[in-house]
Amino acid sequence: MSLVSIRDVRKSFGSNEVLKGVSLDIAKGDVVAIIGRSGSGKSTLLRCINGLETYQSGSIVADGIEVAGANTNLRELRRHVGMVFQQFNLFPHLTAAENVMLAPTVVNKVSKAEARATAAEVLAKVGLSEKMDAYPSELSGGQQQRVAIARSLAMRPKVLLCDEITSALDPELVNEVLRVVEQLAREGMTLILVTHEMRFARDVGTKLVFMHHGKVHEEGVPKEVFAAPRTPELQQFVGQVS
Amino acid sequence: MLQFSFWDILSNLLIATQWTIVLSLIAFFCGGIVGLVLLFMRTSRIAPLEWFTKIYIEFFQGTPLLMQLFLFFFGIALFGVEVSPWMAATLALTFWTSAFLTEIWRGCVEAIPKGQWEASSSLALSYIEQMRYVILPQASRIAVAPTVGFSVQVIKGTALASIIGFVELTKAGTMLNNATFRPFLVYSLVALIYFCLCFPLSWWAKKIEGRLNVAR
Ligand SMILES: Nc1ncnc2c1ncn2[C@@H]1O[C@H](COP(=O)(O)OP(=O)(O)O)[C@@H](O)[C@H]1O
Ligand SMILES: [Mg+2]
Repeated sequence: MSLVSIRDVRKSFGSNEVLKGVSLDIAKGDVVAIIGRSGSGKSTLLRCINGLETYQSGSIVADGIEVAGANTNLRELRRHVGMVFQQFNLFPHLTAAENVMLAPTVVNKVSKAEARATAAEVLAKVGLSEKMDAYPSELSGGQQQRVAIARSLAMRPKVLLCDEITSALDPELVNEVLRVVEQLAREGMTLILVTHEMRFARDVGTKLVFMHHGKVHEEGVPKEVFAAPRTPELQQFVGQVS
Repeated sequence: MLQFSFWDILSNLLIATQWTIVLSLIAFFCGGIVGLVLLFMRTSRIAPLEWFTKIYIEFFQGTPLLMQLFLFFFGIALFGVEVSPWMAATLALTFWTSAFLTEIWRGCVEAIPKGQWEASSSLALSYIEQMRYVILPQASRIAVAPTVGFSVQVIKGTALASIIGFVELTKAGTMLNNATFRPFLVYSLVALIYFCLCFPLSWWAKKIEGRLNVAR
């Protein structure tokens, strides 16, 4: 059974149809790399999965929870579906540890001490044990993004959605974040990544999805798809970015 | 006839000033509490709550404070409830203050980047939790300066309470003028006292604002 099941999802902003019938099945442990041109609907698809956007037709079921507009139990859904953003979006008035502790204490009602222990564990995992009490403004972009990943991990999500999480980083900081994601993938975390890092998509991904004009234009095993893109659009895209 | 010395006039004005201060404080704190509740409603994205606050704010911002004082003073009396000038002034100033504070604070809430809402949403926080733990701690930093600045308007607004007979600084001035026939002296002193109340606040507001701009 799939952990995330997306069926024929359509989504419009006004008259602009952005998702034109997208279907995807994501199993536990999958590392799905979504690639495609800017504006092809990658972010919108990701945001539909955790209910940041609503869609007009089709269905999305994530970890057994149906994501369907106003009736969705968003709190339950988001406890199990984490998201990391391009712009980090750390809470600037809280330290790294406090950023990580917030959701466990507020949403899951975990004690401060327990949350702090979890924060120490997940921050160690992203290599930031020494930065627990640093404020976001005292951290580099790469460190901030790793705190953002740790913040999601503290909720023990079943799926982690990552929207171009290295795109806002200076090139020399990209790898430290990718290494963390790679380690998560090795540990069996289910990941859905929108990314422009083609090499990473090929080496770490278990599944590649090429989106084009609001549709899944091509999908398959990354190495195979990259080695022999079937559609001219993907051939052109791969040619441009690599 | 009774003779008023300069010091008699001044001490009487200062006694009345206490009531200006008390009324200002009550209006500001009660208005702040009502304003905070309205702020939650105004930014809740729940249509009926938003509409209610919008109309409320339009009414209290869009009509003269004096009319509001009259409405509370004479309006409630229509229902057979005795309203003292003190009560009417407190109610009118509280609601009037809350409308302005809500709008000031809404601006501060909207200045917080959308990403803060999205990140906290994605962590399963509810709207109230987002406001409480993520948005307001950041918004309140930028809200301090305009809020302190607005407190000056509240102090000046209390002067209107004199018209419904509440004896505060302005009313005391009028009464002393009637007794002494020295309008220039009396009202100069009244103005000076208002200035002494308001100037430190506006000066402080400017200072905080300057500090925030540097911090950025
Ligand atoms: N909030 C929005 N309102 C209106 N249009 C939007 C909004 N978000 C995205 N779009 C439009 O949807 C399309 C797909 O956007 P997006 O999903 O962000 O693409 P991608 O992430 O692949 O670059 C674009 O044409 C974009 O302009
Ligand atoms: Mg995008």
